[in-house]
Amino acid sequence: MPELIAKSALDGRSLTLGGVTLAEVAIGPITSVAVLPGGAKAVAKGLKALGLTFPAPNTFTERKGARIVWTGRDQAFVLGVDCPTMEGAAITDQSDGWAVLAVSGVAAVDVLVRLVPLDLRLGAFPVGTAVRSGLNHMNAVILRTGDYAFEVMVFRSMARTAWHELETTISMVAARAGVKI
Amino acid sequence: MRIDGKGLIDRTKPVRFRFDGKDYAGYKGDTLASALLANDVRLVGRSFKYHRPRGVLTAGSEEPNALVEVIGAKNQTPNVRATVQEVFEGLDCRSQNRLGSLRFDLLAVNDYLSPFLSAGFYYKTFMWPRAFWEGLYEPIIRRAAGLGSLSGKHDEGVYEKAFAFCDVLVIGSGPSGLMAALTAGRAGADVILAEESHALGGRLLSDAGTISGMPGGEWVAQVVAELTAMPNVRIMSRTTVTGAYDHGTYGALERVGLHKPARPNLPRECFWRIVAPHAVLASGALERVVAFKDNDRPGLMMASAVRTYLNRYGVAPGKRVTLFANTDAARATARELMAAGVTVAAIIDPRPDAFSVEDCPVHVGAEVIGTRGRLGVSGITVRKGSETFEVETDCLAMSGGWNPTIHLTCHMNGRPRWSEELAAFVPMEGAVPGLVAVGAANGSMSTHGALATGRAAAQKMAEALGRTVQVDLPEAEDVPYQIKAFWAVEGKGRAWLDFANDVTTKDVKLAAQEGFRSVEHMKRYTTQGMAPDQGKNSNVAALAVLADATGRGIPETGTTTFRPPYVPVSIAAMGAGGRAEGFAPQRFLTSDQASRDRGAPMIEAGLWYRPSYFPKPGEATWREACDREVDMVRQAVGIADVSTLGKIDIQGKDAGRFLDFVYTNTFSTLPVGRVRYGLMLREDGLVLDDGTSARLAENHYLMTTTTAAAGLVMRHLDFVHQAFCADWQVRFISVTESWAQFAVAGPKARALANAFVETPVELPFMGVTPVRVRGVDGRLFRISFSGEEGYEIAVPTRFGEALFRDLVARAETLGGGPYGMEALNVLRIEKGFITHAEIHGRVTAHDIGMEKMVAAKKDCIGKAAAMRPGLWGPERDQLVGLKAAEPISAGAHLFVPGTEVHRETDQGYVTSVGFSPTLNAWLGLAFLKDGRARIGERVRLVDHLRGLDVICEVCHPVFHDPEGEKLRA
Amino acid sequence: MRLTCPLCGDRDRREFYYYGAEDYLRRPAEGAPLADWDNYLHLRDNPAGVTKDLWYHEAGCSQWLVVTRNTVTHEITGVELVAERTVGQAK
Repeated sequence: MPELIAKSALDGRSLTLGGVTLAEVAIGPITSVAVLPGGAKAVAKGLKALGLTFPAPNTFTERKGARIVWTGRDQAFVLGVDCPTMEGAAITDQSDGWAVLAVSGVAAVDVLVRLVPLDLRLGAFPVGTAVRSGLNHMNAVILRTGDYAFEVMVFRSMARTAWHELETTISMVAARAGVKI
Repeated sequence: MRIDGKGLIDRTKPVRFRFDGKDYAGYKGDTLASALLANDVRLVGRSFKYHRPRGVLTAGSEEPNALVEVIGAKNQTPNVRATVQEVFEGLDCRSQNRLGSLRFDLLAVNDYLSPFLSAGFYYKTFMWPRAFWEGLYEPIIRRAAGLGSLSGKHDEGVYEKAFAFCDVLVIGSGPSGLMAALTAGRAGADVILAEESHALGGRLLSDAGTISGMPGGEWVAQVVAELTAMPNVRIMSRTTVTGAYDHGTYGALERVGLHKPARPNLPRECFWRIVAPHAVLASGALERVVAFKDNDRPGLMMASAVRTYLNRYGVAPGKRVTLFANTDAARATARELMAAGVTVAAIIDPRPDAFSVEDCPVHVGAEVIGTRGRLGVSGITVRKGSETFEVETDCLAMSGGWNPTIHLTCHMNGRPRWSEELAAFVPMEGAVPGLVAVGAANGSMSTHGALATGRAAAQKMAEALGRTVQVDLPEAEDVPYQIKAFWAVEGKGRAWLDFANDVTTKDVKLAAQEGFRSVEHMKRYTTQGMAPDQGKNSNVAALAVLADATGRGIPETGTTTFRPPYVPVSIAAMGAGGRAEGFAPQRFLTSDQASRDRGAPMIEAGLWYRPSYFPKPGEATWREACDREVDMVRQAVGIADVSTLGKIDIQGKDAGRFLDFVYTNTFSTLPVGRVRYGLMLREDGLVLDDGTSARLAENHYLMTTTTAAAGLVMRHLDFVHQAFCADWQVRFISVTESWAQFAVAGPKARALANAFVETPVELPFMGVTPVRVRGVDGRLFRISFSGEEGYEIAVPTRFGEALFRDLVARAETLGGGPYGMEALNVLRIEKGFITHAEIHGRVTAHDIGMEKMVAAKKDCIGKAAAMRPGLWGPERDQLVGLKAAEPISAGAHLFVPGTEVHRETDQGYVTSVGFSPTLNAWLGLAFLKDGRARIGERVRLVDHLRGLDVICEVCHPVFHDPEGEKLRA
Repeated sequence: MRLTCPLCGDRDRREFYYYGAEDYLRRPAEGAPLADWDNYLHLRDNPAGVTKDLWYHEAGCSQWLVVTRNTVTHEITGVELVAERTVGQAK
């Protein structure tokens, strides 16, 4: 019996225009860790095994390829490593639920401010920030991974729309800067 | 006429443009207005109502007259202000609101009919006979209404929206704005400096004055250079702040590509939402018109505009200019014209004690009482005491003083304060939290005053931000602004106030006389200030005339309300990115491409795109495909992508208890490995949603919702959890996107499903089990939405496309295949399964025959309200099936055969219909008054929209396999 | 309009869904008379001044919020998490 072939939402596509690179990135497993009432201690212990600590609101931290992203009240996503079940939390596989788009380059902020209603100034949104907000009409998790680098997580079924809107915006920002397209 | 050596235009960069089909030359840096004036084009438009010849009145966005249509390859933009539109190579525009040519506008006949077209004309004239309204009056009024026209074609232009944040937003870049930006910028605050024009400097570009001993323009260049070098300052030129909103939010419109030839992807405009805790309103002031007889001819301009054209654009708007003004400040216009070699024929000053020595004739205590010239002024009549005389002139510069540009301070319902000293309204402090008006916008009319107040405001804001700054104040003139209000010249004839809407002093007086004494009533009766310019240079004069006519003071009369936007904003800019598919995200299934490959038309289901049907060669209509797919499921096996259903993963010791609370029926007793149908109510007792929930483990459930209500249910669960049981041991998260799930339905479903799992399983009806599907961990459910033996196979989404293609290929070997939404709908109607067509927000559990599902032993959301009288019983419309031999329609209403068809005899309505190939009849689901007691009766179905009138049989809603033997097989 | 979510911080109004008065948090006990339910579901004050209502941070952390605001001045004086208030929680 042939095995099923896995496909990512956007086949890993990428583009570069006007100093901005947009790419679908594979970040590996995504696991939701939702702390149950009274479960914080047990979860801290469980995360310690992965070298992680539960993140403060609106932040993410990384350690050896494992990343933990705050995604809500008493909820975080563990990215990049398999996350075992643990006491004190509801553990749910989210690996297939999201498409992750990396937006990077000096004009990356100029692109995102056209789609995201957030204060993305470096002082207000430093590297290590992770928020839940919107990318135009889509719910999104937005991470700042560098001064000029962001990752945007959107529902997988909306990946094509997210791509289209980012691509269109990148084109407009490039056209403003006089880049010939 | 262009004047050598003057102006800030770039004479090395000539630009050719076209107006009304004729080519003209201008320079980079010109506006359309300045370039037309440089070419001695005075007549640029026709007025709104009387079609009077009109010329450029101002040099800014307040322009009421010079509105044109800009013609692009992909769009036609009406009502573009020539005073704002920059010229560029290839700009093509034309005058508007005319019938025939601009010089011989046939609708100018209205001007001769003006005695009949006074304020309230429409209200009085078109009252009767009523029958004339639609056939006669409306078409005539529609033909005459409006100014510019649209092409009627889709606008292919690109528009943009964006968000910006800063510590201090400075609105306007005149002396006060530049000083504020410089101060806040040096303090290290994040500053956005928004300037409406393409060049910074505001009136310093128009004045010939000095700052710190250097020409104003030089000082501007110095400051702009410093600001540009500051990383914390962002300069946004061509950006008009259009509105002040709650909590430090401002709207702003940027003209991005309107001053250039169109280029692919280059936005035409961008609508910004700027958030700033502090804002400086440095919007300056607008000069106001003086009303006198025939003060609207081309060649009559605001004195400050004449000065701007002279100093900024190097254009003399006339060869023999006259000045009619009541302030000392306005004299500068005449002096600078003369210094540039332009003849000033006379200065007419209504103040008897005004300074009378200039290098030209000065008539103090005099007034202009009339003008001559058909398509442009050629002379004026002046009255001084009892004597009148004529002056030849081709340009009359007028000034009735200044109105601070206070609009933004009033956008949150703040009322301005009347200043007797300035004879103008000034902002009420704190009317918009965080916004401080400075300079002329706050009544500080001198350059020194502007600089000082700009600096002071920015210093305060810097302090509030925890920063300190010392900035020296440059030296500048500090001449006190003195004015005695002068609104209108007494006399006969029409004296214009609102040029754009053709409102005269007579109209305002008439309004008062007819009882429209409130300024808001006068405005609506006369349409004063209701044109695109919103009466920026005429509103105050109009209310002064009203105050006079009603014998009240101006403060008592008050102003109308200033509302956003300050300048017209195109809908395209506000809704940028939201057109067509941009309106909402599109959600695509993993099977999307495979379905399209098979020629399936995709239809929208909420945000999702789902296959409608899968056509086969030889099928001429969707019905043929649909009938075949229904047969296929009933006879063999069909595959449908059902991943769109909402899926919520629920875990914790209290998960069962939580489900018991949100569902009407009980889930805590559901055995592991089993699935149960559940009904969810809103707290008001009406049905919210239905679906199945599976118990995967002791403390682990998987809830499914309908596609339509997935988001709604999630919000509801969040509310119930957070509001009523936040301390329970339960957490849940959407896994809708995590799983691709396919329905496998039909007599051969078991054979097909088991061909895909590693170890064949025997699942009872409503069972669930983990399975390995072709090497992947998945889940197998035995549930059915078709009435046949049915399974749903779920795999992680990344494997969805592969599994769908394989399932379909395998099904085809068994005589089956994929089926679409049409067949799915027919199958569920045959089985009497409801969707949101039935649970549409007005039905109760009782209405759909599920009152027994409301468990008596426990509380649940909506239970108490569902028991209220009126929500159950025979007077309710209850779910029934309908059967007919001919087509019926959803949305049709039901009546007792033989009765009249009207609202009072209405017996119910149809929610879903389909042709059933299984029963060879049209089937429907409907809500019928006391329906369950009427099974077997006949009803008359009427649909006036589709012209249907059909007798149907009332049936039990489950038509197919009522005992469920196939499901449980 | 902007709201400060206790978890996510200062955000644009577009991220939030408005529900209605905070009365919805005071659910009558099981078996309460119908009048209580009528009051709970349908009867609302319409104050000119301070009011408390429920908002959902839909494009954010999915938390329900009690927002204290002034309907006259539009001032927002408090935002708290529904989940972290103590009154009205079921036993």
